[in-house]
Amino acid sequence: MSDKDTNQKPFEPRIVAFFCNWCTYTAADLAGTARMTYAPNVRVIRVMCSGRLDPQFILTALRQGADGVLIGGCHPGDCHYQEGNYKALRRFTLLKRLLREMGIEDERVQLEWIAASEGDKVQKVINRITEDVRRLGPLHLEPEALDRATEALLPDQTPAVAEGGAL
Amino acid sequence: MSKPKVAFYWCASCGGCEEAVVDLAEDILKVVGAVDIVFWPVALDFKREDVEAMADNSLAVAFINGAIRSSEQHEMVELLRRKAGLVVAFGSCAHLGGIPGLANTFRRADLIDEAYHKSLSVTDGNGTEPLEKTEVPEGTLTLPKLWDTVKTLDQVIKVDYYLPGCPPPVNLINGAIGSILKNELPPPGSVLAPDMALCEECERRATKPDKMAQREFLRPHQIKADPEKCLLAQGLLCLGPVTRKGCGAACVKGNMPCTGCMGPTSHVVDFGTKALTAMASLVDSNDDREIAAILDQIADPVGTFYRYSLPASLLHRSYQPEHAKGEK
Repeated sequence: MSDKDTNQKPFEPRIVAFFCNWCTYTAADLAGTARMTYAPNVRVIRVMCSGRLDPQFILTALRQGADGVLIGGCHPGDCHYQEGNYKALRRFTLLKRLLREMGIEDERVQLEWIAASEGDKVQKVINRITEDVRRLGPLHLEPEALDRATEALLPDQTPAVAEGGAL
Repeated sequence: MSKPKVAFYWCASCGGCEEAVVDLAEDILKVVGAVDIVFWPVALDFKREDVEAMADNSLAVAFINGAIRSSEQHEMVELLRRKAGLVVAFGSCAHLGGIPGLANTFRRADLIDEAYHKSLSVTDGNGTEPLEKTEVPEGTLTLPKLWDTVKTLDQVIKVDYYLPGCPPPVNLINGAIGSILKNELPPPGSVLAPDMALCEECERRATKPDKMAQREFLRPHQIKADPEKCLLAQGLLCLGPVTRKGCGAACVKGNMPCTGCMGPTSHVVDFGTKALTAMASLVDSNDDREIAAILDQIADPVGTFYRYSLPASLLHRSYQPEHAKGEK
């Protein structure tokens, strides 16, 4: 996190991406095997479904140093679990209103539907969010809450958090 | 043997928590019989000097209500922490920030501006603002510093137990005092209330549909609610599914939806996003525009979902990039 706080190096956004196992993660795999290059600023976390994404994960990512969060799921109608992406969409829609009220810029948290065959879309979306967040600059949340929030996250199961596991 | 010594103190709060102690009614006589109340500014004339004169750790327990948002409150709770063996965060404000915590959607400068310049009740318009130091012929007058960010009690001192609620229900206060006196306390850091959702003790539970599908979200003034049926199923934003039980569903008994003052169960970190998740998941539509239209009926998501817990949330306060590295 030190590179964020010094003005020595140019700002490189840190973006956490939650990709669903069945579509978007597979698409990212495809982008990889097809040797497509894209911004190295994204750390991908695979979840089984975009509907698994608890909004607490998004805030935790921002709290722990991410400047942006990207969520990738199957296109509407294509969810491996029938309805998971609609659940994600409903939560995301309300979460965005809450984040806007809290002063978090829209471009920092984005949702995209990316099918397993759309490796090129992974490339495009990752490049775009990286540039969006670069333009906004680093996200400096007030640090004093960090220790306590992290500590409160899971008092006796700290490793689960480190693995991006259950809250 | 001398009786255990107890202190009550209030910080940024409305006084309702003090009222809750009085609400113990006859039971307060048992409390007074069992303990010595040595500090309780709202009811007894003891001063800060009296607390300072006490030996460290000489108080059995300090019950502190209210959020922390000034240098004076900070000093007082640090003082009480030194003097008390146990500190109990009493009520929503001390526990999670409470209603005063909603000030975290503003900056201090905005609050001062509103209270001393823009408010309609300000008529003289001479631009006076409270100062931390003022020189007068007799000497220097000082006022506590108002913080930019409202904090929970455990963000400034170590807290041993939490009594949730706005105010904490009488039975929970009684239970907490009883278990302290008998020394039968749960592990430190516990919330002294059952760890289950409010719906579990709600009398309307049987009328909660198995699958809820909401196309409408209503505010209490928009509906004459059926006094028997699940309020959520009637379209009211009842936060029972995500709120800790222990209050006996008092608001729901009064035909008003739960607003979440008891805070989350131990499985949840951020009450607001969890409440948001629960409500958004009920929306009966798969179309993005229709989903947005239904959810737009929820006025003020921050004030609704973080009503009692904004300072304890993962974001802690609203984000203003230009201020992010500025004042405390």
